Amino acid sequence: MNKFLNKKALEIKLDDRSKYLRKLIVQALIGGGRGHMGSAMSLVEILRVLYDKFVKFDPKNLKKRNRDRLILSKGHGCLALYSILVDKKFFSKELLNNTSKTGSILGGHPEYSKVPGVEVSTGALGHGMPIAVGMSLAAKIKKEKHKIYVIVGDGEINEGSIWESALAASKHNLSNLKVFVDYNKIQSYGFTKEVVDLEPLIDKWKSFGFDVSEINGHDIKQLTKNLVEFKKNKKNKPSVTICHTIKGKGFYFAENNPYWHHKNSFSDEEIEELNNCLE
Amino acid sequence: MRRTCFETVLKLQKKNKKIIFVGSDLGPGFMKHSKDKVPERFFMEGVSEQAIVGMSAGLALEGYLPFVNTIATFLTRRCFEQIVIDLCHHDLPVKLIGNGGGLVYAPLGPTHQAIEDISILRTLPNMTILAPCDANEMRSLIPATLKWPHPIYIRLSRGDEPLITKKNHKFVIGKSVIIKRSEDFIFLSTGITSRIALNASKKLDQEYKVKSGVIHFPTIKPLDTQTLVRSIKKAKKIITVEENVLAGGFGSSVLEFCSDHLKEHLHKISRVGLKDAFVDDYGDQSSLLNKYGITEAKLVNKMLKLIKND
Repeated sequence: MNKFLNKKALEIKLDDRSKYLRKLIVQALIGGGRGHMGSAMSLVEILRVLYDKFVKFDPKNLKKRNRDRLILSKGHGCLALYSILVDKKFFSKELLNNTSKTGSILGGHPEYSKVPGVEVSTGALGHGMPIAVGMSLAAKIKKEKHKIYVIVGDGEINEGSIWESALAASKHNLSNLKVFVDYNKIQSYGFTKEVVDLEPLIDKWKSFGFDVSEINGHDIKQLTKNLVEFKKNKKNKPSVTICHTIKGKGFYFAENNPYWHHKNSFSDEEIEELNNCLE
Repeated sequence: MRRTCFETVLKLQKKNKKIIFVGSDLGPGFMKHSKDKVPERFFMEGVSEQAIVGMSAGLALEGYLPFVNTIATFLTRRCFEQIVIDLCHHDLPVKLIGNGGGLVYAPLGPTHQAIEDISILRTLPNMTILAPCDANEMRSLIPATLKWPHPIYIRLSRGDEPLITKKNHKFVIGKSVIIKRSEDFIFLSTGITSRIALNASKKLDQEYKVKSGVIHFPTIKPLDTQTLVRSIKKAKKIITVEENVLAGGFGSSVLEFCSDHLKEHLHKISRVGLKDAFVDDYGDQSSLLNKYGITEAKLVNKMLKLIKND
């Protein structure tokens, strides 16, 4: 058995920064009264490491030419994206309180025309990656040096368009493209193993011509090392990192629990526990 | 029309470095000149329409002007959600060129007949739909798309259509063209049906002494409502003509506009187009147009009948 498929290997204690970013997600969940909780909590560290150390961005100049592009193809994980964008001062923390409510710029899926820092509207699965491939191709034609990062969900890669665009990325040797698979093993209906088993996932990406690596997606050191290697990489091919993660990470009642993929209401007890887990 | 379309794209591509051609899996040697002259902006990406449209959105977000081309059915039906979200929601200047709009691929059967492309794309915010009638119009149309900041669908017909517009015809997005001027009895047509309407109109004049006119709508969306208001108010009888299912097509858009803004004139309008059914025969474009009643003779008879019953 792959060592990453062993849940124990993923039992990482969250540090204060990871807890803080999760508190922002909880603020949006409670404020909006709903949201894809589990899907957001699994990708916090991926976004944290990207924005803290690798993605070039400027909240005051959103269209800066040499910025890196980050596309959250699994748009339903947007509460994690909103949380890091608040942290990086793209917009104010107070906006989280009205997530998905009338008049809010923050919806249940991110919209590029409304949310500062969101490059592409996603939510319909299988769309972000082909767009990222187009952006990577554009950068290659223009000989621009910025990178394109795209995060896909494990359920999302059921979509044929992901693999169509993987073929294209490989054909064009898009070495400026980094794909992260948030492999939390649970999709909407239940465990990916039971809905559509993705294994052997590494072999699939390898056979599509990608440089493949596999890490614990909650481990800051592993994520950092993986991205340092990507930046140094001279291989003439696109790159994918399979991030083994835990759905609902940080909340004992939600971890690996398909019923916390999405919630459209919270009981008083659940709200209390959401807050308690981060103390 | 088809050859002119791609020759014009190539001509512009040589001058304008923003233009990118993206095809799926077209015939051998297709657009060879583009591949040879501007290889860095020529892409043949295989049978993967969803990815192609998404990639084109990515290219457009980075400032390029992609022309995306494949068979009309696959460019509209297969990747409909990519058109909705990636192109229309983001409102990007991507141009979709659909080969064989209407009944062009008659011998290939219903999998290849794009008879509802106009209807389904009309429902999309930000989408522009163009259906030129001949090569002259196409020559002027392609350059006009470059400054249009929204997604465009260009419905291509077969390629050897008789010319009905002048060589110096100037196409403007959103403007209709009076092909034959008259006020009382009018055909409002689009795409290659404007030629059929023109022939019917001439026949009405010559054989039945009925003065009739033809207004060609190369832009189906946004509709030229100024011309519609002017012509509908003056006309006694109007027939819309299209090589598309009647449900939701060009004629529907005219009826909808009339219902909203010119209700008292609604009774003047009749529609000619394809019925609510899959095409159940092969042959060629003209044999199927004949089978489904989109012909000069049928238009003449329909107009005469409308006049008689008035």
